Amino acid sequence: MSASSVEAPSFPVRRTCPYQPPDVYREISARGPINQVTLWDDRRVWLITGYAEARRLLADERLSSDRSYDAYPTMAPHLGAPAARKLVLVGEDPPVHHHHRRLLNPEFSLKHARALRPDIERIVNGLIDRIEELGSPADLVEHFAAPIPSLVMSALLGIPYEDHAFFQTATAGVMQGRDPEHTEASAAELVRYLDRLVTAQERKPDENLVGRLVAHVESGELTHDEVVQLTMVLLIAGLETTSSMIPISVLALLEHPEQLAALRDGVVPAATAIEELLRITAVTDFAGVRWITDDIEIDGLVLKAGDGLVVSSTMTNRDDRVHAEPYEVDLARASRQHLTFGYGIHQCLGQNLARLQLEIAFETLVRRLPGLRLAVPAEELVMRRTGTMQSVERLPVAW
Amino acid sequence: MSAAGVRISTDRNRCIGAGLCVLTAPDVFEHDDDGLVTLLEPEPPAEREQDVRLAHQLCPARALTVEAARPDPA
Repeated sequence: MSASSVEAPSFPVRRTCPYQPPDVYREISARGPINQVTLWDDRRVWLITGYAEARRLLADERLSSDRSYDAYPTMAPHLGAPAARKLVLVGEDPPVHHHHRRLLNPEFSLKHARALRPDIERIVNGLIDRIEELGSPADLVEHFAAPIPSLVMSALLGIPYEDHAFFQTATAGVMQGRDPEHTEASAAELVRYLDRLVTAQERKPDENLVGRLVAHVESGELTHDEVVQLTMVLLIAGLETTSSMIPISVLALLEHPEQLAALRDGVVPAATAIEELLRITAVTDFAGVRWITDDIEIDGLVLKAGDGLVVSSTMTNRDDRVHAEPYEVDLARASRQHLTFGYGIHQCLGQNLARLQLEIAFETLVRRLPGLRLAVPAEELVMRRTGTMQSVERLPVAW
Repeated sequence: MSAAGVRISTDRNRCIGAGLCVLTAPDVFEHDDDGLVTLLEPEPPAEREQDVRLAHQLCPARALTVEAARPDPA
């Protein structure tokens, strides 16, 4: 279907190429940086595809992230589940948002993330050892992309890794639920599990993030339930993003062998390369979903109070006013001018930890498996259905 | 004395600890124990201006102010 004949085209639309937007997004974007699109529930919302406009709006205090209001757009049916509409931190406005974020900031500083480098290197190398033992072909989703953040987050939060099958399935159930009931049930299972974990930490705190958060219950800065909810949001945000990004980034590299060679041969440092992979893959797709609390005039348009607004990171990252040849994968681009981590007060809390995991994952993967290649034709890879997290179900590789 | 560079001020009430400034100009910005911005070099020399301006531009919370430094007294 061509978008040019439709006033407010459907959004979101499934990607055909796992790391490039569907053609219809390009058509919408070509009309200008701010357009109207129609969601699954027939609601019209503003879609922002311009980088400057997105930054201006996401920093505007007349935008709210509070999902408890009907005005907050529901991007997919499963996200209408009550549990998905009362998320702490990501679904909060100031001052409550700032209170929660301030308590977590010390845990996610660049210094703290970098202190985890030896642990992450050990984790990633251990996974490659295991992949070599299993032999070719192997599924990089199951054996690499999923366990990296799962092992890192379980160590950080103090969640037993032997429970990983449970918490990986439950976090995926929240973010990629088949329907609202599936999302709600997955969130409820996570809450029950984490409630026990937080209670144990309250009795006898350990040296981990949850152990430090429960100290704030003692001092009256947080309630027990807030610690449970914050832990759940950290777990979901930490697992679903990184594990989704790695497979489609590997695919982008395999389909651009000259870029893969530049990374493997050290022509482009891994820390630089991952910024381009972040820009291109933009797995969350929506860098921000908000509703407007007071009329905003921008670019000759009036965004009305009560309107919904969605920023597409996939498209803002391809704004040709910011990047030359924005659809090209160019690892040497060395630009952090992307909105994959969002913008404004909600910009990703875990971005330093995410960058470090990606840097180590890609550097190690291409060094240790230099002959890496797809074990199935690219056309056979199955994209996840339209949701809020882009990825492939499996990535069988040989080496 | 070096040529006049820039003068930076930070607003820690706005800072959300994203860390892009620390990543972009680690000799100028740092995270303190609260995970918020602190300045190692409030008036960096002119050769650091480009990175400082980039850090300013990338800051998601608009917590940085960058002005031209006062010229050195003759």
